[in-house]
Amino acid sequence: MIERYIEQASSYASDIDNLILLIGVLVGFWFILVEIVFFGLIVAFRARPGVKGQYITGEEKHQKRWVGVPHELVLLCDVAIIIGAVRVWVNVKQTLPPAEETVRVIAQQWAWSFVHPGPDNKLDTADDIKTVDELHVKVGTTYHFKLEARDVLHSFSVPAFRIKQDAIPGRVITGWFKPTKLGTHDIQCTEICGIGHGLMPARIVIQSPGEYATWAAAQAATASR
Amino acid sequence: MATPHEHAHEPHDHGHGHDHGAAHDHGHHPQSFWSKYVFSVDHKVIAMQYMFTGLAMGIIGAFFSYVFRMQLAYPGHHVPGYGVVSPGEYNALVTNHGTVMIFWLAMPVLIAAFGNYLIPLMLGCDDMVFPRLNRLSYQIFLLSAIVLIVSWFVPGGGFGGAWTAYPPLSAKAQYNLTPLGSTLWVVAVALEFVAFLIGGINFVTTAMNSRAPGMKMFDMPMVIWMIVIASILFMGSVGPLVAGAVMLLFDQTVGTHFFDPVHGGDPILWQHLFWFFGHPEVYVVLLPATGIVAEIITVFSRKKLFAYKTVLYTAFGTGILSFFVWAHHQFIAGIDPRMANVFTATTVLISIPIAEMMFVFVATLYGGSIRLTVPMLWALSFIAEFIIGGVTGIFLGSSGSDIYFHDTYFVLAHFHYTFVPIAVLSVMAGIAYWYPKMFGRMMNETLGKIHFWGTIIPFNGIFIPLFLTGMAGDHRRIYDYSNFPELATERLGHLREFATISLLVLAAFQLVFIINFFWSLKNGKKAGANPWDANTLEWQAPSPPPHGNFAELPNCYRGPYEYSAPNREKDFWPQNEPV
Repeated sequence: MIERYIEQASSYASDIDNLILLIGVLVGFWFILVEIVFFGLIVAFRARPGVKGQYITGEEKHQKRWVGVPHELVLLCDVAIIIGAVRVWVNVKQTLPPAEETVRVIAQQWAWSFVHPGPDNKLDTADDIKTVDELHVKVGTTYHFKLEARDVLHSFSVPAFRIKQDAIPGRVITGWFKPTKLGTHDIQCTEICGIGHGLMPARIVIQSPGEYATWAAAQAATASR
Repeated sequence: MATPHEHAHEPHDHGHGHDHGAAHDHGHHPQSFWSKYVFSVDHKVIAMQYMFTGLAMGIIGAFFSYVFRMQLAYPGHHVPGYGVVSPGEYNALVTNHGTVMIFWLAMPVLIAAFGNYLIPLMLGCDDMVFPRLNRLSYQIFLLSAIVLIVSWFVPGGGFGGAWTAYPPLSAKAQYNLTPLGSTLWVVAVALEFVAFLIGGINFVTTAMNSRAPGMKMFDMPMVIWMIVIASILFMGSVGPLVAGAVMLLFDQTVGTHFFDPVHGGDPILWQHLFWFFGHPEVYVVLLPATGIVAEIITVFSRKKLFAYKTVLYTAFGTGILSFFVWAHHQFIAGIDPRMANVFTATTVLISIPIAEMMFVFVATLYGGSIRLTVPMLWALSFIAEFIIGGVTGIFLGSSGSDIYFHDTYFVLAHFHYTFVPIAVLSVMAGIAYWYPKMFGRMMNETLGKIHFWGTIIPFNGIFIPLFLTGMAGDHRRIYDYSNFPELATERLGHLREFATISLLVLAAFQLVFIINFFWSLKNGKKAGANPWDANTLEWQAPSPPPHGNFAELPNCYRGPYEYSAPNREKDFWPQNEPV
């Protein structure tokens, strides 16, 4: 459902979208069923002159079945949803595939700073490339991001990747993503962080390795001048 | 404390009669305006105080939503009746909209107003067990409302750190830029909790001790059970948050660092304390709402409530489970990711008792003789709409899909599909249903139906588009989306505008309610004691009930839902009618 609104640009975007679809189908079925029965009963049992209501306690076994059986089926659906949710969660949040590259993401009131490893592919060395409000990544590469906050809570969200993680001052939180499509997408802060919360847009630029190398070289050249 | 039965014989010597002197001798003597309406200890007057204060606060909260929705639909434009909205003001508006609607509308009206009004009347006694405590509860509540209102006008403006008040933003003036507003906000919320703690003690004690002779626990009307369970949930969950609020207040004012990571504190601690209360709180307001719905659908389908005890067990089950789901608000907050698996399971499983409760309500309609009166329309709409809120919650309780949906408008639309049925639809149902009892006259049926359709259609018109913008990635508390290329599209702009226009329509139709409410006070048809042919004891008292409620305190012979009983000519059977 979600891909109709926003592109799937990471390796796990389709997993999350499929989970949302699974939940949508299951709860949609129950929603439609209950509403049909509900409106059907209202129409079928409208008051008619001379017709009294029926005396049904709902305490007897054959009566309780009418809510008992649907209720067990709901439980089955719940189990399916829990399994689906945990599988996606473990893949996206609980396990970290080995990183091919690591970036540092720093949130503060009200801007994003990004640190890209330079040609040596290591962070915190002299050739790091630092940018503000623009993150460059290579398509098809597994990234770790090291997320930090300088002041208050922020949240690093890339809707096209379906990733979101709060940033907490005093901690470095590591997550991962693997871009699968070229393009440029929004990075949003999704945790209220003060009056500039709505003024904290950033962009993520997904490039081919060649384009990225060109961009990195240009950055290095600007930095050394 | 005197039992209600003793009151019947010696009303002048027992119970609340000697709390405050001769002026309150069950209306035998004229009372001054002040002692009758302002400093009264009569549960019905206190209920009305809570209701009118709550509804007035609700109007303020609705005005806030009007202002920020106008800003969202027409960013940067002058909002009629307000002016241009700055980012700081926008944050303060959304923060206080949420705060007001939950703590100063839903809580006072659903629990305090209906609880105070209905508990003694439905149990067949003459007042709450602790009438003066009851008065104190309202006075503290009123004070809390005044403190909150003052917080909007102090230098720096009202607090704008969201109703969840996550530190460090909420804890430090250098970050939130509202040094006074945020402190007063915390004080107001803490005071409000004290008011409801006192009220809750009173509700539970009264229900346990003051039932009419013959009324067993399982003969209590469902709404009373629900208010009692809700009060227990509230009292069980609010402690940690009061502690948290004091810690936050100290962080703000005296320089402690409970939530400041730089000095050894932890911002996540606040989130645990807040949501340990915050999630049960959802059920604290939901349960009384479902109780109101249960009363109304049985009366207007002339049916016994399907499986009374099952409904009760679902409420117990929901209440207990609600203490074990709180961290689903924090999946992506930086908690250990393995915790999410446990909280996903508990959260999704809470659908079991809630779904069962909805099934039972639907089953109650089967075989009924359904009259679509105004209260019935509201009660039925609660069921139809709350189911939407329920099923969309599953997307958010499942950790995997919450990664995408967290803090988007999908969340916002989801909880409005729970809270609007709770705080608006069930409240309107309750007002329409008990208005004849409260004021002795019927509300106008035609105006009531116009108001109903004028509310229910635009309500969906507001929040269905917001589900869609949430799916497209609109995140919350952003005052202007034009900074985000993926969100600044024309299509999303149209959806936001549609939601705002729907809000304007909904607001306009509330005038019909206000007119109907006041017009009917004078011009409504005289109601009589029992206009709906209902069974519960409040309908056996005169309308409106005098101070002391019943001319003679009733005995109880049966459960509350004996409608259409076989071998009886009448299709109702009041609880106090001997066989």
